[in-house]
Amino acid sequence: MAQHESATPAADDVMRAADGKPLKDSLRRSMRRAKTKALLLVAPLGLFILFSFALPIADMVKRSFYSPEIQNVLPETAELLGDWDGDGLPPEQIYATFAKELAQADENRNVGVVSQRVNYVMPGARSLFSGTARKLGNVDSGPYKPAMIEIDEDWGDPEVWSILKREAYPITMAYYLSAVDLRYNAAGEIEAVASYMQIYQKLFWRTLWMSVLITVMTILLGFPVSYLLANLPVRTSNLLMILVLLPFWTSLLVRTSSWIVILQSEGVLNDVLVTFGIFSNDNRPQMIYNKIGTIVGMTHILLPFMILPLYSVMKGIPPSYLRAARSLGANPVVAFVRVYVPQTIPGIGAGSILVFILSIGYYITPALIGGSSGQLISNFIAYHMQQSLNWHLAAALGSILLFVVLGLYYIYNKLVGADALKLG
Amino acid sequence: MNHAFKTTAVAGVTAMGLLAAPAATFAAESLTIVSWGGAYEESQRKAYYEPYTEMTGTEITQVSKSANGLAGVRSQVEAGNVTWDVVDMLEGPAIRACDEGIIEPIDHDEILKPAPNGDSPSEDFIPELGECFVPEILYATLFAYNAEMFDGDNPSTVKDVWNTADYPGKRSLQKIPAGNLEWALMADGVDHEEVYDVLDSSDGVGRAFNSLNKIKGDVVWWSEGAQPPQLLADEEVSIATGYNGRFFNAQVVEDQPIEIMWDGQLFEVDGWVVPQGKLTDEVKQFLRFSTDTKRLADQAKYISYGPARHSSAPMVGKHKETGVEMSPHMPTNPENLKTAIPKDAVFWADKGDSLSERFNAWLAM
Amino acid sequence: MSTDDAFVSFSEVQKSYDGETLVVKNLNLDIARGEFVTMLGPSGSGKTTCLMMLAGFEPATHGEIYLDGSAINKLAPHKRGIGMVFQNYALFPHMTVGENVAFPLQVRKYSKSEVDERVKKALDMVRLGAFANRRPAQLSGGQQQRVASARALVFEPKLVLMDEPLGALDKNLREEMQYEIKHLHEDLGITMVYVTHDQSEALTMSNRIAVFDDGIVQQLADPPTLYEEPINAFVAYFIGENNRFYGKVTDMNDERCTVELEGGTEAKIACKPVNVSGVGDRTTLSLRPERVKVNPAEGECDNVLDGTVRELIYLGDHIRTRASVGDNDEFIVKIPNAQGHASLKRGDQVCFGWAAEDCRALDA
Repeated sequence: MAQHESATPAADDVMRAADGKPLKDSLRRSMRRAKTKALLLVAPLGLFILFSFALPIADMVKRSFYSPEIQNVLPETAELLGDWDGDGLPPEQIYATFAKELAQADENRNVGVVSQRVNYVMPGARSLFSGTARKLGNVDSGPYKPAMIEIDEDWGDPEVWSILKREAYPITMAYYLSAVDLRYNAAGEIEAVASYMQIYQKLFWRTLWMSVLITVMTILLGFPVSYLLANLPVRTSNLLMILVLLPFWTSLLVRTSSWIVILQSEGVLNDVLVTFGIFSNDNRPQMIYNKIGTIVGMTHILLPFMILPLYSVMKGIPPSYLRAARSLGANPVVAFVRVYVPQTIPGIGAGSILVFILSIGYYITPALIGGSSGQLISNFIAYHMQQSLNWHLAAALGSILLFVVLGLYYIYNKLVGADALKLG
Repeated sequence: MNHAFKTTAVAGVTAMGLLAAPAATFAAESLTIVSWGGAYEESQRKAYYEPYTEMTGTEITQVSKSANGLAGVRSQVEAGNVTWDVVDMLEGPAIRACDEGIIEPIDHDEILKPAPNGDSPSEDFIPELGECFVPEILYATLFAYNAEMFDGDNPSTVKDVWNTADYPGKRSLQKIPAGNLEWALMADGVDHEEVYDVLDSSDGVGRAFNSLNKIKGDVVWWSEGAQPPQLLADEEVSIATGYNGRFFNAQVVEDQPIEIMWDGQLFEVDGWVVPQGKLTDEVKQFLRFSTDTKRLADQAKYISYGPARHSSAPMVGKHKETGVEMSPHMPTNPENLKTAIPKDAVFWADKGDSLSERFNAWLAM
Repeated sequence: MSTDDAFVSFSEVQKSYDGETLVVKNLNLDIARGEFVTMLGPSGSGKTTCLMMLAGFEPATHGEIYLDGSAINKLAPHKRGIGMVFQNYALFPHMTVGENVAFPLQVRKYSKSEVDERVKKALDMVRLGAFANRRPAQLSGGQQQRVASARALVFEPKLVLMDEPLGALDKNLREEMQYEIKHLHEDLGITMVYVTHDQSEALTMSNRIAVFDDGIVQQLADPPTLYEEPINAFVAYFIGENNRFYGKVTDMNDERCTVELEGGTEAKIACKPVNVSGVGDRTTLSLRPERVKVNPAEGECDNVLDGTVRELIYLGDHIRTRASVGDNDEFIVKIPNAQGHASLKRGDQVCFGWAAEDCRALDA
């Protein structure tokens, strides 16, 4: 009885537990153990995600705008350049400091770090720096300004110095500008790069529209397959499911290479088309090493990512809906379009998000069968990671891609709602 | 019974552990050597690695990652965890890596063996010796064609490559600007000795791209060295650029109807570099062994790349498998060198980035 | 076979799914205009298959189905003009209640104003006028059922089919909805075919009931006939409760027969011959529990047997009594909770008596 009384609200209106302590505190205490346990259980996964996902992304974003090479190798020069007004040629003091630090860098064998950094914005800077650094050994005393101009007349060019001043500051937007075909001109204003150098805007658009196209293709091809999977008798549908999943068990390279065998101009498909007289033997259509190759290959490889969520949604739609629509007077087409298709929207949404996000960052298929016109932005990120070694530009491209995907996801969430996603 | 078995098992495992221990220490005497894979790395294995292991007992771990060699060295040095001991690299990237300080400078005359006649390495090596680079072979990127695809004359000059009316069929070019720009100028009438003078100006680059434009629609671009011989053999293209060793292999070893065209061959030097902090005595010993006159000549038995030493040339004999005389297939054969372009590694180190950007933009257009 | 005045007619209809067994065996069934006919039977008896054939979702393997005088075997479901209510209502989850009800009108290309008017009328009819903009998922089970009815009725179909429409509801709601559907039927004068496995539902609502078992209509009759005069043991067993005895006919005329019970009691029971052909036949006797008198007066009943009370269950309006009579330990008697009713205890020895015409001799 007494316990009952103490559980009723006390005079201060706080709900109390049997021992007279506030109910909220008791609840919290009783939940703490469970919460601690839950936290410990997810901790390994949390750490894994932190180190394998969150930190690398943070590092990428940092690299895209933080480029301290000049400050690291030529610290005093960088500081003096920061204070300099940037008008005309810098004073002797800057030349002297620069010469001293460059000679020092030559001894430390890290001139390349700086010269490569400047070479991205000023082709030829590499040999200018390394040549100058080597010859500075012969210059023992000042004034350094005429001595350096003597070594290479570029040191008398105000533009070289204004570029140096700009690039000496470790935080730079230059890579983001490059990533959208813009650059700083000599006056430090932002302008478009020459038309024959423009590529990235085009690539971003191509990546977007090709991803949309591939997503639409997977919907068109995946919908009937998923419908069959969901509606055939179990034995047949299991077999079909194996056929759908088979590509997952085959190496990506094998799958992509088999498209080469089929689509190349002396390939199977072309032979068939020529045999049936659709094309003449001299006029075989190019179906690989271009956009067609990329679209065909990626649609094939990404198809299961559309089929599986669609299938799981369709599996949950009872056949009575279609029957109801038919009995209410709708012909098969109307019943399908107005009653069945709308109910598959969560599956289409989930599949589209998966396929779109995967294709927007897809790399291997366009690299192998995309030729030059079928390359996507990720191929250029890889190119800058592995070939040109301009990791800052790669980071800027990657960051833009990341922001675009996040932005699209945000819009999707506003329009459809992420909670409507059904991933199977 | 059970207990006895356990004891025996434990004893056995312990014994095995004891036996394995010295073996493990022994295995630590090993070198990780990065190269290009394929027939080329195979020739290195036969000519250098196997005799070296036999002589010293040092195991050699092969890694076929030279295609991304500079990126790999740089990220290992940046991460402070260098696992590669010796890396096979082209001269261009080596210059760049040397500038960045991520590979070791090398005193050639101290480390390497002199020629049999006593010439010092700096005299005996054909190319000029870079600061951090040990030349190994000279190889050429050049044109080859499928002889069965032409009814009349076979193509013989770079100009013929651009002449798609008389020499029909698609072309295959490497998806990089280097080489393509030089040949584009040659096809446009520039002498092979003057291509870099012309390319040094913005007008000259424009001229090269204009020339490339003429065949752009007929080009299948390749990126892996194995592709061009395959594309030729499949009759996907009639003329392709590629590495002379790969073409040699397809023509002589695999007996494909592929012919090499030496006009405008772009030869460059491939060699060894040592990542930062790895220039140990062991590595020095390996470099000394693998680049002596005999070993360099030996490699030519397995692949048609020219040894980088003058003194090796007379020792080049016949192909190990087919018995074909190797010297006509060498890029260094004077007959083949008449209109050759020595690739200007410094030019490409300076202008490569911007030309690549422009080339990529041009491709994407 | 179809009679001219039948609105719906199944004529020698057979159905097989696998080509080996018949799910529906030679069905002949006529339904008059305005009638409420229930197909009642255990699961797997073929009743739902018949409904699906009528709706057009399953083709008949053999035979012909007529609707309003014309054969409909080859007519697509959406051209049959039949309204249907499904087991789980099949309300389209992506449409509001109003859109659901408007659907049959829209596919029939009614004008916008007419659609709105009819939807409103139909929803008002099922007292859901205020719910037009809700989603089906936001409604209770009973409300969903009413929407499904409104949707099936809104386009004024000639015939409405209902496939266990109340199966998902709890008992109280189910009873309430039974009356509601019955009233809709009466008010609209529409022909209805209703499928259920719940006999009380069938008895409550139907003009006639077709009892299905094993792909055959065992009996087609109005509810009182079905309950009072089952023509075979299955119907007697399936509709309502009944006490069964097994025996052999020893004497028989048109009105009466005498049956000697099996199991060694050798008691002779006077009963009404329904489904026996003559002396010597084995038979199942069926006796409704409420027709049994406890300790009847001498000569009041044609049959009297001794029994022992085994169990008493108090159910308010009556007391359900289980007793052993002969070798039947499951003999059930319903003793009405009337004034002065017999009060029994477990283990009491009592007499049970009943009239000969309440005891029907059916097939074995």
